[in-house]
Amino acid sequence: MHRYLSIWFPALLADRALRLRPELKDTPFIIAIPQRGRLMVKAASLPAIKKGIVQGMVVADAKALLPELKLFHYKPGAEEKLLTRLAEWCLRFTPVVAVDLPDGILLDISGCPHLWGGEQSYLDNILRKLKASGFQTGSGIADTVGGAWAIARFESAHSIVAPGQQDAALRSLPPAALRLELPVLERLQKLGFSHIGSFINLPATVLRRRFGPELLTRIGQALGHLPEVPEPLQPAAVFREQLHCTEPVHTRVAIDIALETLLQRLCDRLQRAGRGLRSAVFKIDLVDGGVQQIFIGTNRPVRNAVHLLKLFEPKITMIAPGMGIEVFTLEAPAVEALSGRQEAIWSTLGGGDTGTELAGLLDRIAGRMGDTAIKRYLPAEHYWPERSVTPGGLFEKAETSWRSDRPRPVYLLPRPEPVTVAAPVPDYPPMLFRYRGKVHNIAKADGPERIEQEWWLEQNQVRDYYVVEDAEGARYWLFRSGHYGAEKPQWFLHGFFA
Amino acid sequence: MYLSSGCQQPVYMAQALFHTHIFQQLQEELLLLQGLRAPLDAELQDTGLGIINQSFPHHAFPVGAVHELMSSCPEDAAATTGFIAGILGTLMRSRSCLWVSRHRNIFPPALSIFGITPDQVLFVEAPDPKMALWAIEEGLKCETLAAVVGEVQELGFTASRRLQLAVEKSRVTGFIHHRTGRVAGNLACVSRWRIKPVASAPPEGLPGVGFPCWNVELCKIRNGRPGTWKVQWTPQGFYVLPEKKIRQEVIIKKAG
Repeated sequence: MHRYLSIWFPALLADRALRLRPELKDTPFIIAIPQRGRLMVKAASLPAIKKGIVQGMVVADAKALLPELKLFHYKPGAEEKLLTRLAEWCLRFTPVVAVDLPDGILLDISGCPHLWGGEQSYLDNILRKLKASGFQTGSGIADTVGGAWAIARFESAHSIVAPGQQDAALRSLPPAALRLELPVLERLQKLGFSHIGSFINLPATVLRRRFGPELLTRIGQALGHLPEVPEPLQPAAVFREQLHCTEPVHTRVAIDIALETLLQRLCDRLQRAGRGLRSAVFKIDLVDGGVQQIFIGTNRPVRNAVHLLKLFEPKITMIAPGMGIEVFTLEAPAVEALSGRQEAIWSTLGGGDTGTELAGLLDRIAGRMGDTAIKRYLPAEHYWPERSVTPGGLFEKAETSWRSDRPRPVYLLPRPEPVTVAAPVPDYPPMLFRYRGKVHNIAKADGPERIEQEWWLEQNQVRDYYVVEDAEGARYWLFRSGHYGAEKPQWFLHGFFA
Repeated sequence: MYLSSGCQQPVYMAQALFHTHIFQQLQEELLLLQGLRAPLDAELQDTGLGIINQSFPHHAFPVGAVHELMSSCPEDAAATTGFIAGILGTLMRSRSCLWVSRHRNIFPPALSIFGITPDQVLFVEAPDPKMALWAIEEGLKCETLAAVVGEVQELGFTASRRLQLAVEKSRVTGFIHHRTGRVAGNLACVSRWRIKPVASAPPEGLPGVGFPCWNVELCKIRNGRPGTWKVQWTPQGFYVLPEKKIRQEVIIKKAG
């Protein structure tokens, strides 16, 4: 069974303006929006409302009523931005939070309030903090989204509806509590239905004929006969562990203990699920509303708490606890099955043991230098030397074997460097070549080894490779690009032999 | 003091034996303090260096230590890499090794000639020298690895000391390849090498390039004897060429 909390901000825009300019506390002001060529009142501050200014008034009228009225212009999308920020802040209370436009947010609190000592203290906790930040709120907890919504907006005294009781709770509320369109509301009013209880028991066919299908849907949603799933701000991670502090903490020791505890819990869960994590986020919610997070990634599925703690360790210093930390959250957004096959490959790389230590080393290197810093090469089925190796993943097995029948240099230049040579006879190795200003006389040579460009990849000149040794004993890999013929062939240096 | 003949002799013999035993023990201890532990039986593997082994303490290539190699040009660097690869081949067996450098120019397929499975080598390309040094040190601490090869430009004494301390615990072998060839001051490494390519010697009368051939100079070795050898890499492994008598060069000076 689900429990939902709806939070209503009756004066969202005015509260926002006051937060930005606290000095306006006692000044009547309005937020104006241009509509049909006129400026209309979108929201008004409490002092302005007291003087009789209400939403929907023409600004000129309001000014006439109250000449000292201050006027702000409405920024399109302001509510959505603000509500999203509030919803993000609420993520510390539950993983499923949705923005409920135009003036509320909705929390799926199933299974959360007991961490705060029950629904009442959970609710008090949230509302107290919102109030401290300067927001007026209405709130409702019920089994359904519609029920919570209605209670938050239309019931002032009892904001928590006991499980299974929304039918009774809703009966005395006006029809508007069902989130209905204006024409439907008008028709209901015309027929004298002043509260929900007066029509809720009428036969469905009657209601549908008179008020359309929408009314039935809303009733069903409010009572829980029809499903309604709020669209969460962010999909909740399946592997997520949370730790709440009874008192705000700000020492390194406390952070370490929290992280260790959470890692242990998460790893236990991963163990039961037969999975390992590939990335993890450690989030810290501060007392003053700030959120900080540190992120780690691993190069293979891991569920070893010690290993993960080592990865987090260098990043913990980035946390600035400020006024104190309230909630610690550890999430694993990316998890993968941890199979025996992967472990087998690691043991070949790690020589006997399961390679945990090696994996830890590689993760630490990747954490500091990025994933691309570590490379492992596998043979590729290509003749062209540059293409004969391919960077392989850490778990990949080579599909073909390494060839060692042909001489290959230990150093291969990333780009062949042009050299000038003296080669008298076609298809003979050169007698000497000049590389970086130095003339090398060739004493011994092997070749040519003709390496053709793979025609299905690229149309290029063939290369004739020669292994040469100069008079001093240094060994080089030279090649001539193209056949002897019309054009003068180009010579390149491509590598150094050991 | 010879008070009487005969009966005192065995006592002196026993004393002398006792002394040599103490000497041996002290020497062991000194070596240990200098970062050279007597190799465990499991570690005693022949790197195939033949006669060069006689220059090392314990007559075996020091594993679990940091070796320093110098090269100043790409040709020398290639020869040095070949020599390292030759030793790595025996050290690695089925384990892996970490190869740290700033810009990788090793061509992995060539390593298979030296008995290394190239996909067992994990290459790390570090963005700056400091990171490279850090990765080398971390690698040397990882007992799972057989060896770490680090290509660096500069290495200070303190840094080299840290590396040496790391391997004393983990027993990983380190090769620090100085690409600049500038002789730094004293380092805490166990040995210093300089390898240069020399003309290969194909079998008599045959044309073409022979097996890789190097002039291997062991400039410094702690508690060992430095020396210079001509070493060839053959499909069977290292082959140290027998020393030839150095022919007296006849210098003919042209007059006038």
